[in-house]
Amino acid sequence: MAAYPRTTEATGILGWFDERFPIIETWKAHMSEYYAPKNFNFWYYFGVLAMLVLVIQIVSGIFLTMHYKPDAQLAFASVEYIMRDVPGGWFIRYMHSTGASAFFIVVYLHMYRGLMYGSYKGKRELVWLIGMAIYLALMAEAFMGYLLPWGQMSFWGAQVIINLFNTIPVVGDALSLWIRGDYVISDPTLNRLFAFHVAAVPLILVALVFVHIVALHTVGSNNPDGIEIKKLKDDKGVPLDGVPFHPYYTVHDIPAIAVFFMVFFTIIFFIPEMGGYFLEHANFEPANPLKTPEHIAPVWYFTPFYTVLRAVTLAPFAGTLAMFGAIVMLFLLPWIDRNPIKSWRYRSTAHMINLAIFAAVFIVLGYLGVKPVTPEFKEMGVRMTEIYFLFFAVLYAHSNTAKPGRYLIWYIVLVGAVLLIDFVRYNPEDAVSAKQIMWQWVWPVGYLSLTLLLPFLVRRCNAEKPVPERVTS
Amino acid sequence: MSNSIRKWVFVLLVPIVVLGILGSVGGAGHKLPLQSANVDVHDTASLQRGFKYYVNYCMGCHSLKFSRYNRVAEDIGLNADNGFSEDDVAKLLKEEIIFTYDEEGKQTKTGELMKNAYSPKAAAQAFGTSVPDLSLVGRSRGPDWIYSYLKGFYLDPSRPTGVNNIVFDKVGMPHVLGNLQGWQVLEHAEGEGEHHGAPKLVLQKPGKLSPAEYDKMVRDLTNFLTYVSEPAQLSRYTIGIFVILFLLLFFGVAYLLEKEYWKDIH
Repeated sequence: MAAYPRTTEATGILGWFDERFPIIETWKAHMSEYYAPKNFNFWYYFGVLAMLVLVIQIVSGIFLTMHYKPDAQLAFASVEYIMRDVPGGWFIRYMHSTGASAFFIVVYLHMYRGLMYGSYKGKRELVWLIGMAIYLALMAEAFMGYLLPWGQMSFWGAQVIINLFNTIPVVGDALSLWIRGDYVISDPTLNRLFAFHVAAVPLILVALVFVHIVALHTVGSNNPDGIEIKKLKDDKGVPLDGVPFHPYYTVHDIPAIAVFFMVFFTIIFFIPEMGGYFLEHANFEPANPLKTPEHIAPVWYFTPFYTVLRAVTLAPFAGTLAMFGAIVMLFLLPWIDRNPIKSWRYRSTAHMINLAIFAAVFIVLGYLGVKPVTPEFKEMGVRMTEIYFLFFAVLYAHSNTAKPGRYLIWYIVLVGAVLLIDFVRYNPEDAVSAKQIMWQWVWPVGYLSLTLLLPFLVRRCNAEKPVPERVTS
Repeated sequence: MSNSIRKWVFVLLVPIVVLGILGSVGGAGHKLPLQSANVDVHDTASLQRGFKYYVNYCMGCHSLKFSRYNRVAEDIGLNADNGFSEDDVAKLLKEEIIFTYDEEGKQTKTGELMKNAYSPKAAAQAFGTSVPDLSLVGRSRGPDWIYSYLKGFYLDPSRPTGVNNIVFDKVGMPHVLGNLQGWQVLEHAEGEGEHHGAPKLVLQKPGKLSPAEYDKMVRDLTNFLTYVSEPAQLSRYTIGIFVILFLLLFFGVAYLLEKEYWKDIH
């Protein structure tokens, strides 16, 4: 950056500003001369969509805050006041409630994109870590926001989450008391969560998104081929496979935004409750601390982790640890997946199967989290939790495909671990659970067979492909 | 495997695994078989009848404390479009709909919330439970549930009110519409072994209304409660269609713009 006074090619008003603030330089660095790979596909829309949803949430949130009352006596009624008496209030509220779910849909797809194309590799660890921090902040933001309507699920969902802190040894009770500001969830809890929801966490979110993009633009975007486009440049220093972000990707994103809006507004105008998943039926009853609902289900975007929590019954704290551990594992991805090839396109079939099963297991975990516990579902929750964590071990094992013999060792160790856990859990006196344990072992063992035994036995499933120099299509 | 086949295998593997795992176990529990209410919130005649029934039979105990009288009237067709002046509506509401008065004996105003004077304490004394406000029952329970509930009362001498309900076991509410519907009994059809056939409600003593007339009345009430739970549903569908049409058009233009820019990148 040049020392002041700056010299600028621009004149007039733009020149006046550019001498005082690096407008042109910033525009060039992040838009018109930021070279993005030209082969972005469908999966690369979700970053910009996440930013769009963030803006929707902030704007609709500001308008909701103008009418909402953060008071345990008034909160529920003020939401209904917004729905009925505030002109266009229902539209603002549905924007916000649908936006919350939309945020998680686009963020989950955005994260899975990173997994498929190895977007946390090649000096992109910080981009990934900042992104994970955004995800954590988003979960906190969503959880706090969900308390505000002060319905039955708001209250009892928050009860479940805040009670997680109770399970921490020694300091647990004092900690959850400090968080609630009362012995039960009540007015002070609502007030402080409101403060966090409308001021503290949004500030953090916006700051993190800014840092996420700065870090990304420093290292450059990854792409579906996992090729570093900066390696091959023309004589002007422009990557051969890059196109300026503006105008190419700005115009590329507009139709995608239109499609996103079609889905988003279809939900808002035609199915705002989304069958009870975006707005839960039980939340249309005001919070009642004396009446526990027969079935407490968190909103869908938390349910995969809720199932993990319910699956680990060794001790209450173990469940809490498993739940947070499931998120911590994602933070560690850049150091678990050490394979130098980024994109699944050039990696082994076993890796592709691993990714597909992980996505499926995440969906099953989510499904189980909204359902009441039956013996089958309970055991299935345990098995899916096992696969969730095994995924990271397999991912590590797949880092080096040159020595498939190691897969066999991994296979024996991991199957042994699964069976050991079964041995500890097995209790013949509890016939119902025992019966479920005795057949549902097929899930983790089948998973390990497909991802470790298969590439060991069938070498074609372990074969990787050479990564081309230039991006394809 | 070529890359495009591989891609499809990947894409298809995810739902196959999900369905394979979930399909291996039975569904969770059984649900109450609810009758379809088949309501239409755009049927203003039905809403107006439902409004009248509600204030006459239900509102003595169940308030609609998030709704306003005049807003409901406006929404359900008692408005200028149908030839009702503001004064007509106010007169109608005051004569036929609003039955509450304040301490000084002044009738509740038409723009006020539809509260009632029944205190939760009195309700608890009379029925052993609180009497819920029904503003949102159309969303928390749903129309089919309300419809089935109102048709689901049967005689049960073991209950303090003399009745029980097939969709709400041990309900505290008496069968307010009993004289209209008549009184039903629960019959278990004969079946093999321990499995009885599905329990069936049989009308034992007919009421003032025929079953068809009662169904119609209950449907009107359900329709009204469905509307009251979310007044915005009257307008949001229409707006939604225009929004989607605009977006389709916008997508077309945006898509052509993108193609124009990208035609020289290959």
